[in-house]
Parts: sequence; structure tokens; C-alpha cells
Amino acid sequence: MNWIAIAVTFKLALLTATVLLVIGLPIAYWLTFSKWRWKFIVESVVALPLVLPPTVLGFYILVAIGPHSPVGRFYSDLVGHPLPFTFEGLLLASILYSLPFAVQPFAAAFEQVDRRLIEASWTLGVSKLKTFFRLIVPLSTAGLITGAVLSFAHTLGEFGVVLMVGGNIEGETRTVSIDIYDEVQALNYAGAAKTALLLLAVSYGVLLLVYAMNRKVWVVWPQR
Amino acid sequence: MAAALTVDCHKTFPGRFTVAAQLTLPLDPPRVLILFGPSGSGKTTLLRCLAGLEWPEEGRIQFASTTWIDAASNIRLSPQARRIGYMPQDYALFPTHTVAGNIEYGLSDLPTEARRERVRELIGLLELQGLEQVKPAQLSGGQQQRVALARAIARRPQLLLLDEPLSALDAPTRAKLCSELRMLLKQLAIPAVVVTHDWAEALTLGDIIAVMSAGQILHVGAPQEVFSRPANAEVAQIVGIETVVQGHVVENDNGLATVLVNGTRLKGLGADVSGTAVYVCIRAEDVLLEQAGSGVTSARNHLSGLVTEMLPQGVLVKVTVDCGFPLRAVITRGAREELGLETGSVVVAAIKAGAVHLVPRSA
Repeated sequence: MNWIAIAVTFKLALLTATVLLVIGLPIAYWLTFSKWRWKFIVESVVALPLVLPPTVLGFYILVAIGPHSPVGRFYSDLVGHPLPFTFEGLLLASILYSLPFAVQPFAAAFEQVDRRLIEASWTLGVSKLKTFFRLIVPLSTAGLITGAVLSFAHTLGEFGVVLMVGGNIEGETRTVSIDIYDEVQALNYAGAAKTALLLLAVSYGVLLLVYAMNRKVWVVWPQR
Repeated sequence: MAAALTVDCHKTFPGRFTVAAQLTLPLDPPRVLILFGPSGSGKTTLLRCLAGLEWPEEGRIQFASTTWIDAASNIRLSPQARRIGYMPQDYALFPTHTVAGNIEYGLSDLPTEARRERVRELIGLLELQGLEQVKPAQLSGGQQQRVALARAIARRPQLLLLDEPLSALDAPTRAKLCSELRMLLKQLAIPAVVVTHDWAEALTLGDIIAVMSAGQILHVGAPQEVFSRPANAEVAQIVGIETVVQGHVVENDNGLATVLVNGTRLKGLGADVSGTAVYVCIRAEDVLLEQAGSGVTSARNHLSGLVTEMLPQGVLVKVTVDCGFPLRAVITRGAREELGLETGSVVVAAIKAGAVHLVPRSA
């Protein structure tokens, strides 16, 4: 089994889930509580990775961070090397790719929080930010864990985006799913089977955790 | 100008209704203002505008020298900045926090010791001892109401806003807690606005009553005035109690109380009449008029008096009889002719004790 690929994959999934927990919360809060009439435009953008072929998403990310784009040039001037085909580039792509898997369970959980509780908190002099951390987060823990776990599990299994943005560099961007593909290409079915079984077991275990924890919170699309 | 809460509030819910209310509540001495009216009359909306949870598109709310909302100059003071105690209808206790946690929720800017002291004080005041570490879901309705009150008054608000404070309770608990709430409001001496659709609550708790219907305030006045001399027919219909007079309980025999109203003795029911000062409330349709000197009936009250006024209302006639106090009755036109009633006639008004409602009032 390719332990280096496994290590890269878990590092990537863990970092992706962590970053999504930080940036997903404000996005989900805004999506839930904003009264802006054009909010659905943002909602659709967040949900895009659910339906877009990973290669399409990967292609645009590759172009956006490549040496011909201002973002790509700024990054390579700053760090000294370009973003594509590096772990950081792959992390950025994973974050975008798994965004809906974090934001939608977060938003679904926030939606379930009784508005009257939030209003009661405001009238007690507690600011909107403090109300979020003292009231909304504790009432949404199941949804927050679900979102983090799902984005972790989703990153474990991503293939197309990794191939487009990360390439296949041992120890840097070669993830488990790419490794399985390589093994099959080399007709090493026994090696592929072991790694595939590991991925299956981890993914199933993670989903078991989510569903056992709270079957009510996770919906693929938050009901409005 | 004395400090006052002035409200001029215009809020439209497209396709539903418009709330357009003007109101002034003098703040010194602190009084309890009742927003009274049927459901859907805009009471809660007005209360939420006061709490800063709804934004009227036109108008102004001024609390003493602070402007809370002024649509014209785009001033919008957040609910956090208003120093209010707001209690929504179903209490909205935080399910993740214990009783003590709920009460101290708004006190996080106090030092720990002062915060603990304040929570202890409130637990004592509202008799919640022993429940400090219990979650709201395990409390009875009455206990939840007291926790919500404690939480609302914990920060020593300058205005208390209570939305149907007793409606979530069963009837016996409600009567008991209503008297307790009245004593608490007097003790706290904080100006309060209380929403209710229950006339007994309005009379018990209120110093001033504002009658609302279809988003408008129709009549503002002292409780007795609003109930016994409603500004117009609509107010009269909303309040539904035509006779409200002050009386004193002189005897209470297991809930059957004898009340003295301006020299006239009446028997009435008041299971929870604590103290002697009461409002005596009688609906006009519960009053039977009979000719003087006629037979014995089961009604406990037979009051003879002079007819002072007769107002025809469709097929009915509204008769006012002076029997030590003005008593209002409605009878049909046919009954009026049979009895030969004219202004100045002597009649006997018969009222069952069960139709004489006694509501405690501040002496």
C-alpha cells in the first residue's frame, strides 16, 4: 500500500475540513439570515461544485491560478513558485470543490435554530457575533460536525480536480484515488484492491458517524 | 416635558395588515400599559417595534431623551442598545442553558462575583431555589414563565416588554401567577408594556389600557374607564364587559365572596381574590331585568334601581340601571315593552353569582 499517498490524502482532507469550518460558518450564516433578494445567486454559486464535472472545476481553477492569471502571478511573485501542481494549489481546489458539503449542512442547522431564541439574545444586549458563538453554534453542533465530516470524506475521494490541479507528484499531490488509478493502469489489481478497501472502510465509517449522530440534520439540499 | 415613551409607528405587512399606532406612556411614576385587543390586532407587532425586532417604515419611537427609531432621519437603535427586558409569548428560554445560565445570559459584562450575586437575588425573588442547574425542558409552564421573567429583568432594564405573559399556562396557574406578576411589577417599579387578549389580566395588571383593533389604537385610558365607558361601539365590542366598578370584598366563603360596591352588596365568584380591593365585572347579557316585587329565583343578586338610560341597538335595548352603581343590561325590544320600561322606571336586576367576576386590583 502506498502510505505516502495515504498520508497526503489525510493531510489534505483534514486541512480542507478545517479551513471550510472557518470560512464556511460566515458564508452559511449569511446565506441563512440575509434578507437580500438576490441571495439565490450566491446560493447557486456555492452549490455549483455539486453538479459541475470535477474536470471543469479543475480546469477553471488551473487557469485562475496559472502563471497567466493575475492571481497566479501574484502568488508566484510572493512565494517564489507557481501554485498549480503543488500541495497548496491542491488544497485551494479541494476547498472550493467541497464548499457545498460544508456550507449546506451548516446552513441547514442554522435554519433549524428558532429565530425567537436569537431575538431574545439580542434583546438581552448580546451582540450578533456573540449570539452566534454563545447560542447558534451550541444549538447547531450536530450540523457543524456533519459539515466538517462530509467535507473531510468528500476530499478523501476526489479524483478529477486533483488530476487537473495537482497532477500526480509523489509525496506532494498524489492522493489515494490517483494511486488506485495508477495501480489499475499498471495491472496491479491486488495493490489497487487494498487501497480501495481502505478508502471504502474510512468513507463508510465516517458516514456511519454522521448518520448515527443526527439523522435529522443532514439533507443534501436544505429545505426552505 | 416629563420623561415619556412616545410611539408613532407605521408598519405594513403587504397583503395582510397595517399597524398604525400613536401612544404616549409617561414614565414617572412607572406604570404598566396594557395593549389589549383580539388576536391579529397588531399588539405583538407594536411590542416588537418597541423591542427593536421590527422596523416600522414610518414613524418614531422616543424613550425619554433617546430616540429609538426615527424613520425620517434614519435612526435605528438596535435591540441590544435599548436596555429593555423582553419576554416573548412562549418565553424563548435557551434550551442549551440551565436556569441559572438563562438568567445570567445577558449579564456577561458584569464581573463573575456580581453576576453570581445577581442570579442568586433573582432566584430568590422568583422562588426558583433548587432549580438552578435544571434545563428549561424539565420545568413546568409556571416555572418557565418565572425563569423568563428573571432573565428579562436581570439587566435592570429601563422598560419591560411582556408578550402574553400568562397565555401559555393552564387556567388555575394563570389566575395565581397573574396576581403574583402584578405584585412583582409593582415591586420592580419598571415601566412595562404588556400584551394580552384576556380582560381579567388587563384589569389586574394594567394602570393604563390601550385597546387595539386592526392595527389601530382605539382607546387609551384607565382600566375602569375603558371597560365601563368605551370610546365607541367597536371598543365596547372588543372589551365585552359593560359593567366594571370598584368594590371591596367584605367576606369570602370558599370562593363565594360578598362585595360592597358603593353601599350595595353583591355576591360574586373570585377563587383567587387576595386582598379586598377588586374590580366587579358583569357582562350586560348576564343581567336579567324583572318587575319589582316578583318571585324568588336562583340568582343570588337582586338589585333594585332606577332606569337612567336606554339605548336601542338593533333588536336589543341597552339599559343602564342605577343600583348604587351604573349597571348595564341588554334586553330585547319585546321584553322592554312587556316590562313597560321607561327612563325613571323602577326595576330589579337579577344576576347570578357566577356572572359577577371579581378581579383583584391595586388599592
